[in-house]
Amino acid sequence: MKLSTRHLLGIKDLTKEDIQLILSTAQQFKEVLQRPVKKVPSLRDVTIVNLFYENSTRTRMSFELAERRLSADTLNFAASTSSAAKGETLLDTVNNILSMKVDMVVMRHSASGAPHFLAKHIPAAIVNAGDGINEHPTQGLLDAFSMTEKKGTLEGLKVAIIGDVMHSRVAQSNIYLLKKMGAEILVAGPPTLIPKYIKEAHGVNVTYNVMEALQWCDVANVLRIQLERQNQPLFSSLREYNLAYGIKRSMLDKLNKEIVIMHPGPINRGVELDSDVADGPHSIILNQVENGVAVRMAVLYLLANREN
Amino acid sequence: MKSILSQQQVALSIKRLAHNILENHLELNDTVIIGIQPRGIYVSDRIVNELKALIDPAKIRYGKLDITFYRDDVRKELKIANKTDISFSIENKSVVIIDDVLWTGRTIRAALDALLDFGRPAKVELCVLIDRRFSRELPIHADYVGRTIDTFPSQKVLVHWKEKDGVDDVVLI
Repeated sequence: MKLSTRHLLGIKDLTKEDIQLILSTAQQFKEVLQRPVKKVPSLRDVTIVNLFYENSTRTRMSFELAERRLSADTLNFAASTSSAAKGETLLDTVNNILSMKVDMVVMRHSASGAPHFLAKHIPAAIVNAGDGINEHPTQGLLDAFSMTEKKGTLEGLKVAIIGDVMHSRVAQSNIYLLKKMGAEILVAGPPTLIPKYIKEAHGVNVTYNVMEALQWCDVANVLRIQLERQNQPLFSSLREYNLAYGIKRSMLDKLNKEIVIMHPGPINRGVELDSDVADGPHSIILNQVENGVAVRMAVLYLLANREN
Repeated sequence: MKSILSQQQVALSIKRLAHNILENHLELNDTVIIGIQPRGIYVSDRIVNELKALIDPAKIRYGKLDITFYRDDVRKELKIANKTDISFSIENKSVVIIDDVLWTGRTIRAALDALLDFGRPAKVELCVLIDRRFSRELPIHADYVGRTIDTFPSQKVLVHWKEKDGVDDVVLI
């Protein structure tokens, strides 16, 4: 029993069986996290470096905690306080770190494909913790885990992905994963934030009407507006975005059904989600964060255990 | 292939093990039963059923423990994790852990590590259906044994259960 891949670079490379194995292993780690001692000795001979070239709160903390809960030794690297700021190349930095006998690299980078580049050049197992606008596989997995926990199965589940799909690596990973697991997907948001050929590329339906998406779906995965990735304005103002595409409590009250609201964080409160939705009874946003540790433990455990 | 326990002997051994446990832990007042996943569960389920016929079933605290994450050979072979279900405190309790075969002792070593993450028991005892003598790699012994056997390391002890294999018996191959 093992994953079909040596690295976790994206959901794109995983098989349905890989995803099922990760999710079922995460289920057992979630139980570990409920124990008085929330720690197992599985990876006590493994050293992991967290290589973060881009800012992160929950992903970095979640990986760090997952590593410690597995008893791995960890090293933390932030680009802004490292020799990368002096001009050292990515490969030089990583090779120096690997000389210190590191077994795995958890990497976040603003350039799409950076972890794929590393995987070709170094022997350590690589976990992609988000690369540019490409993929964020562990977020996709923890979203799937949270949806399964709430709705029982992904097969036939109707999931709306709402917001800034264009710049979202979370959306990309979610679409790959949900399609592999048999869920139905609808993407919604302003036309300028939805890739033009998404239907042809992924076979997902598109609507520019958020209320229509809410009426259709069982789960609404709402995405953050990523202003930092927009080099020209793609909508007139945050206030107008909220008026046209933001999820408000009044919209949920009009629905004649239970709906699950998800968000990968960080939330722009009052933009894509109003506070009474983000903190309301439909939201499982904090469950997602909790599940993130168990899912990342599963990924690290399954990758570290490979006989290479 | 050599038969170690027939269907009838399996049933008798389990009955005897249940009585042995009760002799030392009358009414199971401060005692909990823990089966080891995955194969020890079949024995522990049977023993718990026997106990239910002997004392008030409400008094029996029975949990299941998976030791996958505590193994010392995780780098050699990856096992699928099973469910752990211990819904009570083991703090200051006498714990009887149950497995099907005691061989090298490594599984029980892992089980002790896992168990201690749930609290500090007053005492831990081990109950096994089969004890493969002379092959221990760690200083571990069983307190309750169904049948003790002598084996070569190359031999395998197969424990079959009706619910999984269609028959209850133990054979040596």
